[in-house]
Amino acid sequence: MAVTTMIGAKIHRREDPRLVSGEGRYVDDFTRPGTIFLSVVRSPYAHARIKSMDVTQATKAPGVVAVYTHKDFAKVLSGTMPVTPSFVAEKKQNPPRFPIADKEVVYQGEPVAVVLAETKYQASDAGNMIDVDYEQLPAVMDLEKALEENSPKVHSGASDNVGWDLTYIPDDAAVMKEADVVVKQRILQQRLAPTSMETRGVLAEYSKPDGTLTVWMSSQSPHFVRLFLAGAMGIPETRIRVISPDVGGGFGAKISPYSEDWLVPAAAKLTGRPVKWIESRTESLQTTTHGRGQIFDVEAGVKKDGTLVFMKVTQYLDAGAYLGTFSAFQSCACLLAGGAYNWKHVSSRTVGVLTNRVPTDPYRGAGRPEATHLCERMIDLLADGIKMDPAALRRKNFISEFPHQNHFGLTFDSGNYEKALAMALEMVGYEKLRHEQEEGRKKGRYLGIGLSSWIEICGFGPSAGTAPATGGIALVESAQVRVFPTGSVAVYVGTHSHGQGHDTTFPQIVADTLGVPYDMIEMRHGDTAEGPAFGYGTYGSRSLAVGGMAVHKASKKVVDKARKLAAHVFEAAEEDVVFDQGHFYVKGSPDKRKAFGEIAFAAYGAGLPEGMEQGLEAVAYFDPPNFVWPFGTHVAVVEVDTETGDVDLKRYIAVDDCGNIINPMIVDGQVHGGVAQGIAQALYEEVVYDDESGQLKTGSLVDYLVPTANEFPEFELGRTITPSPTNELGVKGIGEAGTIASSVAVINAVCDALRPLGIKHVDMPASPDRVWKMIHNARNASHDGHDGKEARK
Amino acid sequence: MIPAAFEYARAASIDEAAKLLDKYGEDAKVLAGGHSLIPLMRLRLAQPSALVDINGIKGLDYIKVEGSKVHVGALTRHVEIQNSDAIKDKLPILAEVAGEVGDNQVRNMGTIGGVVAHADAAGDYPTIALILDADIVTNKRSIPAKDFFKDLFTTPLAANEIVTEVVFPVADGPHKYIKFRRRLFDWAIVGAAAQKMNGGWRIGLTNVGPTPVRAKAVEEALHKGAKPEEASQHASDGLNPSGDLRASPEYKKHLARVLTRRAIEQSA
Repeated sequence: MAVTTMIGAKIHRREDPRLVSGEGRYVDDFTRPGTIFLSVVRSPYAHARIKSMDVTQATKAPGVVAVYTHKDFAKVLSGTMPVTPSFVAEKKQNPPRFPIADKEVVYQGEPVAVVLAETKYQASDAGNMIDVDYEQLPAVMDLEKALEENSPKVHSGASDNVGWDLTYIPDDAAVMKEADVVVKQRILQQRLAPTSMETRGVLAEYSKPDGTLTVWMSSQSPHFVRLFLAGAMGIPETRIRVISPDVGGGFGAKISPYSEDWLVPAAAKLTGRPVKWIESRTESLQTTTHGRGQIFDVEAGVKKDGTLVFMKVTQYLDAGAYLGTFSAFQSCACLLAGGAYNWKHVSSRTVGVLTNRVPTDPYRGAGRPEATHLCERMIDLLADGIKMDPAALRRKNFISEFPHQNHFGLTFDSGNYEKALAMALEMVGYEKLRHEQEEGRKKGRYLGIGLSSWIEICGFGPSAGTAPATGGIALVESAQVRVFPTGSVAVYVGTHSHGQGHDTTFPQIVADTLGVPYDMIEMRHGDTAEGPAFGYGTYGSRSLAVGGMAVHKASKKVVDKARKLAAHVFEAAEEDVVFDQGHFYVKGSPDKRKAFGEIAFAAYGAGLPEGMEQGLEAVAYFDPPNFVWPFGTHVAVVEVDTETGDVDLKRYIAVDDCGNIINPMIVDGQVHGGVAQGIAQALYEEVVYDDESGQLKTGSLVDYLVPTANEFPEFELGRTITPSPTNELGVKGIGEAGTIASSVAVINAVCDALRPLGIKHVDMPASPDRVWKMIHNARNASHDGHDGKEARK
Repeated sequence: MIPAAFEYARAASIDEAAKLLDKYGEDAKVLAGGHSLIPLMRLRLAQPSALVDINGIKGLDYIKVEGSKVHVGALTRHVEIQNSDAIKDKLPILAEVAGEVGDNQVRNMGTIGGVVAHADAAGDYPTIALILDADIVTNKRSIPAKDFFKDLFTTPLAANEIVTEVVFPVADGPHKYIKFRRRLFDWAIVGAAAQKMNGGWRIGLTNVGPTPVRAKAVEEALHKGAKPEEASQHASDGLNPSGDLRASPEYKKHLARVLTRRAIEQSA
């Protein structure tokens, strides 16, 4: 195989043999001598005052080493859990949060005590012996109720439940009057539980003699964990090592730090024993941050000829009991609400609301699925309003000139939206399907076709934009490339893989850049003791467009030095040295070539050019000039059984453009997983709390409906390639694309199917009972002589 | 996800299992396939003091056709029922139902005796046992299905009584079981069974109340010559299902009617 064609090669993921044969190493696979186990005692109530706590029985239970509560942790931990500005610099209310409750609990599952014991069984049993005397307080579970003046306050003593209220761009009444047809719609984004296969987990070991702390944690951002631990525990970063080994999925929920991320290391310091905690599935559903949880009130207007005029968006975001580290990130839905289209005006406002539920934080797509969902829903409603084909309305209004600056000052780098739409329509056989739909309706068959022309901002991000959003640290990315004397290469990258295939993709880039065989490249990540001083982690589809570029940049620094050395060896001018297929030679003399490995060997020898140091390695930090902007069009085809309300997803077409491709198989895999997760939101998943008691009702995977491969048709994938001008590789991101696009493709299809019944909008999940109820109500309404408008429950 | 402490004993015979149950008392549970019991224990919704494992008992795993009866041993796994030629021939609805239970792992481990003894309202076999007038045989007696499923998770089984087999009549006429659910491996939101037998119809419903339901009003209407769509309107007569996350009571009653009609119409 020619070594310079690894970029774009459809090669198998080198991590898969390990992962699929059960040889992966996750946090729970690590144990240190003398490890004890931690069990967290959690509030059973959504809101209560802790009157007293009796730990006597638990302390005496078999195998128990220690029982710790707030007062114990207050001795070794300081500060509060971090909340970043994200897209809302000024918060109205940001309740301080310590990793363990003191006097008041504000959501079900909040930690109140921990038990440490010789076995996890003993820890769990003893946890049940802790007697907490709670005084229940009124809880507010519902986002809208939380905004009412007389509602209970999430935190006692607070004056309201508003976390933030920010208008990005106000309405323009004059522009709004230009529309011929205006539609209004409330669109719900239910709470979702990220549900990675590997739950969270922490193992911590504190070495008293040298004051070092080693932490194994299932995390997307080990360097940030080190930073936070250093601050809270007063240990220099140099004495903390955080290792995120194989991570079995994160989906955004393993970016922000959690209570246990501090409690476990602190308990290790307090007891002097290595401490392990592995989250149970119920704890995961109850206490790992949830995604979405928003209400959008949207109004949009169009001219009769199909020219889009305005969109007005108000987002109400259920932040939960505390602001999450990145809860205001999801406000980006307001900045992207205009989607792929030219509008004369877009106005938006975000309101963050506290409720007595677990905090929300990023979940695959994080604000962008919400933006796509509301925009693409409104496009379909507008198309219906002016009786225009939804594909035609999209085509008429697509942004077609790039770079394009949207109303909020964001610059779309490149795109060809029409091409992706055309390919998707061709693949699905749009005209023929519309005909089939028409024929089917005559026979009582309700087929629906749903489009989603999506865009995405990702590749976080340029330092100028991201440093203010995190409160100081720019979300650039680092990499180190080390070439050993024989030409073997080790690559360290500050981003992290929790399933995306970095072990394969990044060496593909290095192989091409250095001309070194792929198999000679070792990929390392997830250990703060290795590689550059700081790494930024994985989120926001950034690993390739930012991390991959850091790898590319570090590789190029290595090549530059090797070229200088080669010129010296050849006694030629540097500009006359050609580097091709992993070999150096002087222009015109390809026969007298030297392999990259030979130059590497020479780099560790004598007789280097004047001023050149030995060694062949480089560190690079890549600061992208812009975000990257993937796009595409997805089409869902459904048939609704109007008797039962059951939605049968018959076909799913995804045409995505993420710029240049490093490994097509990995891109396909990302699309598959992403699409599945978006369909899951559209049809299956929903976190449900009891409004009265504040109890989580979906506390197991029996009740929280994660679909499986059985529930999906075979996805039909297509691809267009529009390189990104933002980076030298021309790449964008693909990790979240499927999720961003798919929920609304399915819901638009369901709405399309039900249009003859007078149903214009269906909220998620479009479960059979919900859909049946809407059909039932619509039919009753039309029987009663009403206009057939749906009745919302 | 960590169960409370419990004793464990593995029995080699029914007698030994019964003695172990006597020894451990009322809080002991029999462990067969464990695919309902173990999840409940992990969530500490069940905290038995002891498990008496009967998987080591030989001779409880069989399918025998004797005259007009089909005998299915209590330890017969779903996958064996699903794939049995004898069942497919003499009691095809049971093979159909077995193939719809859970996923491969559940079908490889779960047993008919376990499902019946557990008496979950969402269990599929109990509906079939009820409408076919099967007998539940234990180490002490034989109990007609209509007297067995008394309430949610409630049967007449004594603390030391173990289900040993289920005896069904041969029923090889047209039949259909429709299991309406969200995911392929889920329990039924509502299930409907139709079986043509001895010239009449047997109609049953799953998960529309605390126990399986035999829809006698539908059977009678069909007997009087009503068409399936008319007869199936009676499927919800007398039902008072409780609502849950997947279905309101009203929706369950509606599904009972729709699925009953479809089960009759699709019976083959």
